[in-house]
Amino acid sequence: MTVSNDAGAATAIAVAALGVIKRFPGVVANDDVSFEVRVGEVHALLGENGAGKTTLSNVLTGLYRPDEGRLVVAGADVVFDSPRDAIDAGIGMVHQHFRLIPTFTVTENIVLGTEAPKRGPFLDLRAAEDRIAELAEQFALPVDPRAAIWQLSVGEQQRVEILKVLYREARVLIMDEPTAVLTPPEVEGLVATLRSMAADGRSVIFISHKLGEVTAVADRITVLRGGRSIGTVEAADSTRESLAALMVGHEVERVQRRSLGVAESAPVVLRITDLGAIGDRGQTALHGVDLDVRAGEIVGVAGVAGNGQRELVEVIAGLRPRAGGHIEVDGEAVVRTDARHPIRLGVSYVPQDRMGTGLAPDLTIAENLVLKRYRRPPVAAPPFLRSTVIDAEADDLMERFDVRAPSSQTPTRQLSGGNVQKVLLAREMSSSPKVLVIASPTQGLDVGAVATVHQLLLDVVAEGVGVLLVSEDLDEVMALSGRIAVMYEGRILAIIDADDADVSVIGQLMGGHVEASA
Amino acid sequence: MNLGRFGFRLEPRSDLPKHINFTVPVGSFFAALLAGAVLLLITGQNPISTYSRIVERAFLDVDAINGTLVAATPLLFTGLCAAVAFRIGFFNIGGEGQFYIGAITGSGMALALGADAAGWVAIPLMILAGAVGGAIWAAIPGVLRAYLRTNEIITSLMLNYIAAIIAVYLIFESDSFWRDLEGTGQMFPKGKFIPLDAFWPNWSLGSLVVPFGLVLGAVVAVWLWVLQKRTRFGYEMRVVGGAPTTARYAGMRPGRVIVVVAAISGAMAGLGGAASVGNFRHALDPKGLQQSGYGYAGIVVAALARLNPVAVIFVAILIGGITNAGYSLQGADFPSGLVGILEGLILFCTLGGEVLVRYRIARTERRPSTLAAEVGA
Repeated sequence: MTVSNDAGAATAIAVAALGVIKRFPGVVANDDVSFEVRVGEVHALLGENGAGKTTLSNVLTGLYRPDEGRLVVAGADVVFDSPRDAIDAGIGMVHQHFRLIPTFTVTENIVLGTEAPKRGPFLDLRAAEDRIAELAEQFALPVDPRAAIWQLSVGEQQRVEILKVLYREARVLIMDEPTAVLTPPEVEGLVATLRSMAADGRSVIFISHKLGEVTAVADRITVLRGGRSIGTVEAADSTRESLAALMVGHEVERVQRRSLGVAESAPVVLRITDLGAIGDRGQTALHGVDLDVRAGEIVGVAGVAGNGQRELVEVIAGLRPRAGGHIEVDGEAVVRTDARHPIRLGVSYVPQDRMGTGLAPDLTIAENLVLKRYRRPPVAAPPFLRSTVIDAEADDLMERFDVRAPSSQTPTRQLSGGNVQKVLLAREMSSSPKVLVIASPTQGLDVGAVATVHQLLLDVVAEGVGVLLVSEDLDEVMALSGRIAVMYEGRILAIIDADDADVSVIGQLMGGHVEASA
Repeated sequence: MNLGRFGFRLEPRSDLPKHINFTVPVGSFFAALLAGAVLLLITGQNPISTYSRIVERAFLDVDAINGTLVAATPLLFTGLCAAVAFRIGFFNIGGEGQFYIGAITGSGMALALGADAAGWVAIPLMILAGAVGGAIWAAIPGVLRAYLRTNEIITSLMLNYIAAIIAVYLIFESDSFWRDLEGTGQMFPKGKFIPLDAFWPNWSLGSLVVPFGLVLGAVVAVWLWVLQKRTRFGYEMRVVGGAPTTARYAGMRPGRVIVVVAAISGAMAGLGGAASVGNFRHALDPKGLQQSGYGYAGIVVAALARLNPVAVIFVAILIGGITNAGYSLQGADFPSGLVGILEGLILFCTLGGEVLVRYRIARTERRPSTLAAEVGA
């Protein structure tokens, strides 16, 4: 592995940051960050959450102005006063959360904010459509220019975002965690697009915290840690282990496969029979799902996003009405569509949308920790709440679950991703649940937090809780689960013992090939 | 507009200093005075003497203060009405209508009890009637919003007109229970006076005269503060207001919370209506109510108080002072619209000032430097 900060003297540099420092009250988000992106390369920015990747991309796109340091674009120093200046300099960004207007068409979204072609006083969208089709063809970004955004899948919307940047003649494309929202085939398509852009002499800055994809996509990788740039390495010379060591500053062990089979005699804590549900768009999202979870086991649900997993956990949690079927928790039937009944029966639920569903972002950590217990003593002395009890319990839970924050009075909005998840787990695991339903438990978390979350899950299982783990990360499902249920188009195609599980078989089932399991 | 061109830019705040709750409203208030001063200059008035006359007639002698307390009483109730509803994102613009309904039900109760009822019976029942009337009127947009997702801004605003028309009908266009039908010949229609025993007391504090309604309002404000900060329901309000999805996830019933808060909000304005009858007008006076526009002014009060019920007490007295001075100064050299304009400017500047709660102003420099960090810090 070679660490070089002066590499590429012979190659043209598309954009460079030199000694960039950006401070916020109480934090130095970027502390002397330097890196160079060559013309025609895919350059990854790798770092844990909070390493300064997002701040750096905001500096590069003119959203923030660095307190110190220089930006160099195509050999000349630049100062960006606004995102407009960055666009004019040929730097475009695809944000993790898309910035598209759902009711506008693809073409309308793309020309929005540009000097659109006109015929007389009217927009000449036809000319724009032609240009978009040309770019789409060149970079393998299939999308219908006349479709409205709301009709498109997430992957297609991302292509629109990329086309938007290309349409503005960007020479440098910054992509923030682009694969987080994509299915595996879509990721392959994205990688092909990025390679063809590099081949066309453009540069791509690929922001990620996933070691595997960074080594697969990038030519070179700049590692950020604690706001500093640690160094730039050639992807070809790097391994996941070496990069992980750079990222966190010490060697990390990967998730070990653990055998978690339970005896047939263990009681069933969650019994789902012939469950149906309707999705948000009125489609049948679940077809006759049968699934049991026993005390002390983790049942993993694998599948490509959008095959009914979300609806399944929402129905169990009482947030979505059932269209037929039964749910029993520890022998007791769940009757109403209401979150209260499952909670009372001992169902804990850690949703995928942690900040938007699991927490009230403006409330403090302490307040969020009693979200499901605020009605009853000891937290409540009706009609009042007992803040001394709430604060004392918060301090205790924060210590047990290693939540790092200035105090229990910090709004959860200010926490990092890992600490947000720890607050959620602290609340959901400390209520002595019978069943824990958890969706994408480590999505967006850094390496250290992933290990903590996995350990907490294994601890809670050891105490006899039945866990239903829904995750799009197949490695995670396979590493943690005793049994794996594969979902496809609202059905469970097969339930496989993890000991017999084979990635290729599960992969085919995820794609709907039933014969594969036979 | 690109602020960078002027050497400034807005950056999101990562922290929320405590002093913001005080500095932003005070700054907004003075910005409004400044804008008002420009307007006065344009119309040929001297802003300094105009403002000093307002202060004089609002706060500087006993009579002025007594008038201010009278003007502040209805504003205190309508301010609480807006503050409690806005807190959970229920934009009740209907304080005006709920105030009328409270005046109707409050006066109706006093009239129905008649002269035989003692004050200690009549006054609490008037309070109850006013609160219930306002609560029901506000619960209509509450239910529509909670269960049919109707925009409460529109429904509550429209109900203001209906309430106003009902009040006018009762006095001017029908021989209703509220109308004074005694007397002979052609007389201007007016409301029946409530019995003397139902008059709300005014308490003397030295030479100050404190209306019972104001004291009641202050007590209710403190009750609201306790409700919001210390109770389970206040906790539900905060979760429902800030994160409705999370509220549902936690097993709360957001619809129910919205309806209850809407009703509490309407009860505040209804109490104000009852207080206005019981303490000051002693009869249902639709025209007088409409001219005052207490419901709308209450929105200004709530905004300047940053929706804190206890702060509403003080802001109501401040705005009440300006209103009171406006009445007594009205004349050739003091345009009658000035107070309304000042209220509008205060609302405008307060809402503008809210930007500074979420963002901070940072200096931008041509050359990268450390200045931005120093200014921001």
